[in-house]
Amino acid sequence: MSRQLNQTATNNRITAIEVPKQEPYARTKNFKEVVLGYTEEQAIAEASRCLNCANPKCVEGCPVGVPIPTFIKLIKQNDYTGAIKKIKERNSLPAICGRVCPQEEQCQRNCILGKRGDAVSIGRLERFLADLERERGIDIPKVPASNGKKVAVVGAGPAGLTVAADLAKLGYPVTIFEALHKGGGVLVYGIPEFRLPKYIVQAEIDYIKKLGVELRPDALIGRLFTIDELLAHGYQAVFIGTGAGLPKFLDVPGENLNRIYSANEFLIRVNLMKAFNFPQSKTPIHVGKRVAVIGGGNVALDSARCALRLGAENVTIFYRRTRNEMPAREEEISNAEEEGIYFKYLSTPIKFIGDEEGNVKSMVTISMRLSNADDSGKHRVAPIEGSEVKMDIDTVIVAIGRTPNPIIQGTTPGLKTIKGGIIASDQTFKTSIDGVYVGGDIATGEATVISAMGTGKTAAKAIHEYLSNSKNSVKIRF
Amino acid sequence: MRQNSVPDPEKINRVVEKKVLNQITKKITIYAPDIAAKAHPGQFVIFKIRSDSERIPLTLSSWDKEKGTISHVFQEVGYSTIEMGSLHLDDKVMHVAGPLGNPSEIKKFGTAVVVCGGLGTAVAYPVAKALKEAGNKVITIMGARNIELFILEDEMKAVSDEVYYTSDDGTKGQKGFVSDVMKALLEKDTKIDIVFAIGPPIMMMVIADITRPYNIKTIANLNPIMVDGMGMCGACRVSIDGKTQFACVDGPEFDAHKVNFKELMQRLKSYCTEEKNLALSIQKRGEDNCRCHGN
Repeated sequence: MSRQLNQTATNNRITAIEVPKQEPYARTKNFKEVVLGYTEEQAIAEASRCLNCANPKCVEGCPVGVPIPTFIKLIKQNDYTGAIKKIKERNSLPAICGRVCPQEEQCQRNCILGKRGDAVSIGRLERFLADLERERGIDIPKVPASNGKKVAVVGAGPAGLTVAADLAKLGYPVTIFEALHKGGGVLVYGIPEFRLPKYIVQAEIDYIKKLGVELRPDALIGRLFTIDELLAHGYQAVFIGTGAGLPKFLDVPGENLNRIYSANEFLIRVNLMKAFNFPQSKTPIHVGKRVAVIGGGNVALDSARCALRLGAENVTIFYRRTRNEMPAREEEISNAEEEGIYFKYLSTPIKFIGDEEGNVKSMVTISMRLSNADDSGKHRVAPIEGSEVKMDIDTVIVAIGRTPNPIIQGTTPGLKTIKGGIIASDQTFKTSIDGVYVGGDIATGEATVISAMGTGKTAAKAIHEYLSNSKNSVKIRF
Repeated sequence: MRQNSVPDPEKINRVVEKKVLNQITKKITIYAPDIAAKAHPGQFVIFKIRSDSERIPLTLSSWDKEKGTISHVFQEVGYSTIEMGSLHLDDKVMHVAGPLGNPSEIKKFGTAVVVCGGLGTAVAYPVAKALKEAGNKVITIMGARNIELFILEDEMKAVSDEVYYTSDDGTKGQKGFVSDVMKALLEKDTKIDIVFAIGPPIMMMVIADITRPYNIKTIANLNPIMVDGMGMCGACRVSIDGKTQFACVDGPEFDAHKVNFKELMQRLKSYCTEEKNLALSIQKRGEDNCRCHGN
């Protein structure tokens, strides 16, 4: 680290300050956060690398338009309070985004320094500020008096939380209806503790509650109340952010054998239900010695790294394309490699075989051939005949994607959908029903936390415009 | 969504009644007015009793929209149901989510046979009641291991035109299984338009096998392992006509002739070892006479 500080001192701008991490071996034995975050000294050194461009390209790469050079400049001036306030003008969840946003594909990809060396570590600086603020006590902005126009938000994931925060700051009384027992959506059930500690998600949710937002857990909209009922009983607008929750399966023989999990089930048991703490936590999980994870996204990596931490001896990720095509974040791929996760590329299972008790005991995979990218930039793959291999495994986690939850679509007459059950919307995320807006994965298909937040911001603005011309709602409780 | 009565938030999810139905079966009634207002036969709720508890699905056995209550009948067979059984009057269940799953398809079919075994009777009762209210002739076949284990007899009698009992040991009704009565009814050429089989998977499988040659529509209410109960985890996947479906969002009722019951039974055993370990840990806790488990 001192070496890098010296580099900065000599005005070597092209190398980023490294962020401290838990050592690879040690971290596979615990669920604590892998990346430890910048110290104040490191943050200032990293911030000093920023060129403060007159025409900042990084901001264009940010789905929520955070004024990046402005907040970085404030770090250089040691005005951390001012800096976090600047971020929060556009982003209500900085501690989360600083950890899980794919900055390398967004803001940092556009950084001028990245052309010659390392881009400024914008995400790490954002995280530094958010963590510092949380330690010092979060400043709650003054919220205007209630305008009486009630808004219902369905789903307390990244999109819903963003809409709720943005509208609360404008004076709308907002109720979030969350189907699970805890708010946070994928941030609590999907992303593991070692990448995003749950107390950080809770702190961000507490912040949104302090803005006056009411969070009602255990409320599955479509069943407990329908969208029509919400509208008929005093909510003047509804935002649907129910996410892409349904796991996809491979549809190959033997897939319903025991100990074959969807990544969703595996991660819900581990993250939301704290199965790593069994039997103190009463939800069990079974992790064997040889674990196969199918898929190449962040969810596959999260599942693999959880399995390793739960004591598996060999965890292998099977991906049908190569490392270059993996949709997972580069940083997380290298973290997983460091931890000793194995990768088998150009390979996919075609069959699972069980023992007499119905538990999976082996898997047959087939090798794949990668063709040149087509016009959409996507590489097609085709199986290579005769390349089948059988191997012993005792746990499988299928992480090949998720599709929209169908419950609201099925219980809301007049709500138009497009392919795969995605709720149809215009560019402001208004649906086919007046006053009903949508955002996040249920509007776009599977994407990232920050893009869900970006859609939430757009929808919140559209809801504000829609309601600016409407009368106050009647007071109603339920 | 109720508009008139404003429930007291302090009362929500509190136990308002607890009954012992027999040595292994209890009934618990909880104040949950929003769920009661929306409940339909065949649906279930997810309970999470304490902060470290599992999420457990329990099918609704009755509800009272006026009083705002929902009732569940359960047997204390594992850690979570023992935890449920240990709740006292006025205790609060931390989380109750529902109603979940698709309601039973209820209409006038003509003659409906409701076959239920053991605890399944509690789930079958609202179905039988709704079938009766829809104008069907309801024939109920109830089975249990012995006379002590029959539940909701009076309730079932009140909504059925005919009731048959079977017990494994012959202490009540015909000695044998519910399937024996089902078979006899069919052999007697009884006009049957639909069969609802609700009980252990093995019972539902046998009933499906009996009605299949007669081509009588048969519905099974499936009870696989679930975590969220809302379509997210896929733990409850079942094979219906060779296609994977989720019991929580596509069911829980399915055409019994198309269900792969063997797979269902196998999947229900997924956590046998872990369940046993957990049960052992309770016993150990009992010996230590310590309720807090070192926390």
